[in-house]
Amino acid sequence: MVIKVLGSGCTKCKKLEANTKEAISALGVQADVIKVTDMTDIMAYGVMKTPALVVDEVVKIMGRVPTVEEIKTLLSSL
Amino acid sequence: MIFQWLNNQILRMDWLSNLVKWFVEEVLGLNMAERFGGSLHFFIYDVIKIFILLSVLIFTISYVQSFFPPERTRKILGRYKGIGANIFGALLGTITPFCSCSSIPLFIGFTNAGLPIGVTFSFLISSPLVDLASVLLLASIFNWKIALAYVLVGLILAVFGGSLISFLKLEKYVESFVFQHRAADLPQEVLTIKTRLQIAKDGVTDIIQKVWLYILIGVGIGAAIHNWIPESFVTAVLGQDKWYSVLLATIVGIPMYADIFGTLPIAEALVTKGVGIGTALAFMMAVTALSLPSMILLKKVVRMKLLLVFAGIVTVGILIIGYGFNAFGGFGL
Repeated sequence: MVIKVLGSGCTKCKKLEANTKEAISALGVQADVIKVTDMTDIMAYGVMKTPALVVDEVVKIMGRVPTVEEIKTLLSSL
Repeated sequence: MIFQWLNNQILRMDWLSNLVKWFVEEVLGLNMAERFGGSLHFFIYDVIKIFILLSVLIFTISYVQSFFPPERTRKILGRYKGIGANIFGALLGTITPFCSCSSIPLFIGFTNAGLPIGVTFSFLISSPLVDLASVLLLASIFNWKIALAYVLVGLILAVFGGSLISFLKLEKYVESFVFQHRAADLPQEVLTIKTRLQIAKDGVTDIIQKVWLYILIGVGIGAAIHNWIPESFVTAVLGQDKWYSVLLATIVGIPMYADIFGTLPIAEALVTKGVGIGTALAFMMAVTALSLPSMILLKKVVRMKLLLVFAGIVTVGILIIGYGFNAFGGFGL
């Protein structure tokens, strides 16, 4: 799967990226993590408050940093 | 009576003031009536008080805010027209999470969803200016009358400023790319109480990390004004009878970037030195509503003309509020 972390480089976005990578390696799933920093690209997803998590082009979380546990639950339920 | 007592103990934290007084006088052996002891008391007491109030308030507010993400605010605003939309924009600005770093996505998201830019500006003016935390802190440091008056004039400024921008039809000065990607309408996430509590906790750490330095600097300046700068000097520059005091406070405040929490102790110290309440409010509003960093960000989405109109309207509004409060300060404020 393709996971995108949307955010223009704030500390929260880095935290979300780190949590996501941790969740992926804990689950042992195959996933590409891509950072999206361009504002117009972020807006195209309809997100107004970063950071946001997009899994296979579907916005799953926006405006907050989920815990590693929450991301694990989210990814394994797909 | 009971309200008065609760107000003094919980909001003004008289117990803390007494505790710090005991610490400064008995443990450190300093005289509170002397400069150093007095400044130290002001500094310790204000720093602890602001951090306690801030943590409790931000926690509560972040929890409430988790019900109003910008996507929902946008939907609510879309239902209203004319000045009603401006009023709701200003009101939602007080509860919607906001920092200058998210002003650009908000601006684009609101504008390309078809909201009039005046409504977006009402929101952008009230958001940094008025929030629940600042109201309670104002009530704690000054009193409830000043806190409510601050909210009221802040909201009026936001509604009026936004309406004026609508009236002037300045849409053509918004950069065209803003209208290009119509943002998708996303379904709102359903959050559990556990997640909301997590959001509230993250909100506290996030804000404290962001503002602690401003608070220390603000209280430091406040303590210096409080005990080291002679009252005659302060009143000579910023005294209520000086016609230029509000103008000076506003002009000094505009380029500064600080949180309202860092600004309050400075305003507090100025008022105890005989500065008019209108001058102090003008200073706080100028610091929070307009700043160089937020202007530089906004410049990315609007042309210089609209930016100057926005800054101009807010500045004039702050000046009117400042002079108004000084002139009618007899409300017992």
